[in-house]
Amino acid sequence: MITLTHYLVLSALVFALGVYAVLTRRNGVAILMGIELMLNAANINLVAFNKYTAPGAMQGQIFALVVITLAACEAAVGLALMLAVYRSVETIDVDEINLMKW
Amino acid sequence: MIGEAIAFYLLAAAMLGFGVVVVTSPNIVHSAVALVPVFLGVTGLYILLNAEFVAGIQVLIYAGAITVLILFVIMLTVGGTGLRIPERNEQGPIGFAVAAALAAMLAIGVTHTAWGRGGGALPAYTPGAIGQSFLGPNLLVFEGTSVVLLVSLIGAIIIARKEE
Amino acid sequence: MPWYIELARAIVGTIVIFSGVAIIAAMFGVLLERKISGWIQSRLGPKHVGPQGLLQTIADTIKLLHKENIVPRNADATIFASAVVVVPLAALLDYVVIPFGTTRAGPLIFRDLNIGVLYFAATSSLVVVGILMAGWGSNNKYALIGGLRSAAQMVSYEIPIGLALITVAMLAGSLSTVTIVNAQRTVWFGVVQPVAFLIFLISATAEVNRVPFDLVEAESELVAGYFSEYSGMRFALFQLGEYGEMFAMAAMAVTLFLGGWRGPVLPPVLWFVIKLYALVFVFMWVRWTFPRFRIDQLLNFSWKVLIPVALVNLVVTAYVVMVLHP
Repeated sequence: MITLTHYLVLSALVFALGVYAVLTRRNGVAILMGIELMLNAANINLVAFNKYTAPGAMQGQIFALVVITLAACEAAVGLALMLAVYRSVETIDVDEINLMKW
Repeated sequence: MIGEAIAFYLLAAAMLGFGVVVVTSPNIVHSAVALVPVFLGVTGLYILLNAEFVAGIQVLIYAGAITVLILFVIMLTVGGTGLRIPERNEQGPIGFAVAAALAAMLAIGVTHTAWGRGGGALPAYTPGAIGQSFLGPNLLVFEGTSVVLLVSLIGAIIIARKEE
Repeated sequence: MPWYIELARAIVGTIVIFSGVAIIAAMFGVLLERKISGWIQSRLGPKHVGPQGLLQTIADTIKLLHKENIVPRNADATIFASAVVVVPLAALLDYVVIPFGTTRAGPLIFRDLNIGVLYFAATSSLVVVGILMAGWGSNNKYALIGGLRSAAQMVSYEIPIGLALITVAMLAGSLSTVTIVNAQRTVWFGVVQPVAFLIFLISATAEVNRVPFDLVEAESELVAGYFSEYSGMRFALFQLGEYGEMFAMAAMAVTLFLGGWRGPVLPPVLWFVIKLYALVFVFMWVRWTFPRFRIDQLLNFSWKVLIPVALVNLVVTAYVVMVLHP
């Protein structure tokens, strides 16, 4: 009843939500939250493909575990950058962090 | 079968509903807190897909650690001072159009493809089997991820440290 | 099994676990705490309500139910109310993988997940989000500082717990709690791994914010920490969450290190209850004996002492398991 296509369409919708967050939010932390949504959508795809098209091997789940780990690393470094930026310019509104524009 | 369908649709509705709250709420703390049901919904999907170890790791890392990290950074930067940052920039309609077009393209693409059905029964995805796989065929990925973790740990500590 | 039977089983199990935890952990736990604190301090505890003060907690609960539910004016009402649900829920979810005994039909466990120990670590880490929500939603600077400190403490002490759990899982060869209890047929893991046992007990004390790690809710420091602004039934639910989490940590320590329900003569459930209350007595004894740590001493202790010791223990155990006793 629930086929591979259901999971893929759901992950496409979650991915689109993440893209919307990255494109339209001004708060730096909200952009990072959108990135986390996109990574989760990709993970759903990986694990769904593992079950439906390649059940013998475990590659999909291994890859999903690696993506979760790398997402944690990237969130840590990104949020540390947000903290450092806040310390110097007192804001995390990404429209106002434009010291390097010409 | 029908239980699986009910579970899938409930989880999908929860994920999409709270996901909309995450990306559109004007209150940043509401967005961060609404991430937790999204991650728990993804955990439910993993359990439906027979990936229990990945589900456990998802709750432990995403809902338990990354959400806490995001909430900490919100409270240490904007939340503590009560500064109100406008949450929407001027690309609202264009962003919505791009996201909707992307979702439409992906959805049409996946529904019109005939995915091959892999053969065989589902093996037991036990933690032992995943461990054997990490120390066997996927050893390089494992070691590479360890190096990336070490580098990002050191990097995050150095970037976020106060200047003495 | 068809899905509606699974759903009914889950609902019945939830009601059983909630009532069990509410009665055994919250009611007896609070009463036991007050009695033990009295005996350690050379006084009697509560003794008027009921025989030997046994109905004291029921009287306390009725009093709390009568109180008004105050919501602070500028507080974020959604987050304020949702935090009350998250903390006890995460504490109650811990009990799904604990084997309370064995019957002829199999182990007395709600669901024997093959990732049991990982599931326990994961649900313990959900409590932190609830605490941050409670601290933020109260619109009170003491609550916010208490919430941030408590979250930092709990996140720091999850790592030694995880390392101790991994060490035991290595010895037993599986993450399932039933397999771990069955692997202690000859000798308890607490005897084989005293370092991991000690690390688990210390980190469990810090995870549930008890003395000597209770800076975040000490009355002389932060009023009541992250639940300063909660009154009435919400306060009772937070206490249920805290005592439930403490009993869950003690139950997991019994399962992993003290042989679970194994014992010679008595029925298994009785052995489990005896060992559980022995560990809870140790927790309460420590509470009324030691002074409390400062927040920087507490965090330094976790990162600079417990984690290196746990890592060395893990490496030594791995060496012994793989090389000396293959």
